[in-house]
Amino acid sequence: MTPAETSAFEAKIRAYVGREMGPPKRGNDDVNLAMIRHWAEVTGDENPLYTDAEFAAASSRKGIIAPPTMLGIWAMEGYPMAQGHTGKVDVQRELHNIFEAHGFTGVLGTNTITEFHRELRPGDQVISHTVIDNISAPKKTARGHGYFIETVTRFTDQHGQDVGRQVFRTLRFMPSAESVAANQAQSGGDAKLKAPTRIQSPRGHDNAWWWEAIDQGKLLIQRCKRCGTLRHPPRPMCGECQSLEWDSIESSLEGEVYSYTEVSYPKFPGYPDPLLCGLIQLKEGTRLVANIVGCVPEAVHVGMKVRGKVERVDDATVLPNFYPA
Amino acid sequence: MNRTTRTFGSVTLGEKLPPLKIDVTAGLIVGGALASRDFTPVHHDKAAAQATGLPDIFMNILTSNGLMGRYVTDWTGPEAALKSIEVKLGAPNVPGMVMTITGEVTAKDDAAGTVIVSVSGDNNVWGTHMAGKVCVALPKES
Repeated sequence: MTPAETSAFEAKIRAYVGREMGPPKRGNDDVNLAMIRHWAEVTGDENPLYTDAEFAAASSRKGIIAPPTMLGIWAMEGYPMAQGHTGKVDVQRELHNIFEAHGFTGVLGTNTITEFHRELRPGDQVISHTVIDNISAPKKTARGHGYFIETVTRFTDQHGQDVGRQVFRTLRFMPSAESVAANQAQSGGDAKLKAPTRIQSPRGHDNAWWWEAIDQGKLLIQRCKRCGTLRHPPRPMCGECQSLEWDSIESSLEGEVYSYTEVSYPKFPGYPDPLLCGLIQLKEGTRLVANIVGCVPEAVHVGMKVRGKVERVDDATVLPNFYPA
Repeated sequence: MNRTTRTFGSVTLGEKLPPLKIDVTAGLIVGGALASRDFTPVHHDKAAAQATGLPDIFMNILTSNGLMGRYVTDWTGPEAALKSIEVKLGAPNVPGMVMTITGEVTAKDDAAGTVIVSVSGDNNVWGTHMAGKVCVALPKES
């Protein structure tokens, strides 16, 4: 869009801020057992208050209640509105249509804040009062350039009593051309999404031998051929006598925790959670950075005796892990 | 699900909830979208999802919200009452992923008898799918 087109578009969408979606609307279905059961089935929710009449009757609720997370579901428009098959469009759909006509074809629910003021029971009516509360400034997101639309819905029942409130934020975005092309290209082959492996070890002239031994299940320690001093990580020259001659010994994998930290944020796909990184003092004298596994973070302490095991941690990676001894 | 309910007094600040693994299948995504009456094509039509730059259909926010609510009430037991849920979505959940939901008690309100559980749902391919806070009221005594 040219700057002029953008400002015309923005003026059009901003005119919707503060508008009600339409008159208060009673849900197409009142609260009912069938929809409750369908929701509980798919979310795997076995709470007996939702589906076990006998249990619910004997509970503090004295009968079945709807899962509170269904609050907004009672007000959903359903199939005809989503497919554009219905003759009349509400104010919210009208706004979305403007976004679509201007290339913002992507749609993604990004946030909800829902308050539950009263539990709903089969037979209750849910009446929604929705206002388009806010449209953000244009934003660059991981999915593409777009705008966040925020609606606020107040829900009442057949007695006009307040039952809850929901803030719903939706991103309308222009899908980036590259990601569309990339995903459409692979659709024929139906490439399976692969879970990521650990970041692979950089293997260079001076350290590849050490990682290759790890791949074979061995933890080696480099040794100076002249003075016998052990060193880690691998490097070409002895720090004690400057000799470039070296060989290696195999570690007993016995040691203790010299220091450690827990990486708690962010979580990395491909890495375990909790993720404990230890500096391990090996019996032979050198230290090594490795994961501490096989115990809860609270159990780890400086001086803790550990025993290592060189093991496969994912499809592409073998690493020494240290367990409580 | 355990049918006994935790009491307010039995819950400690910083307490961690047991993790729950959810296999994200096309069935769960479509089933969740339809059970929440959400017929937006990106939740059931792969070509429509790909036209928006994603590899496949993806979970709608109402299903994520429902799973977060279930995760917390699975832990509290049935006599607890959900008061509010705040959900923020990050990376989409698409078929083939595994989402691990974890939670921790991050606040207790003695006067209201409510606790806040901070919840995170992380998928094994792209990382954090959802993060949020669930406020739940617990009985004073069982």
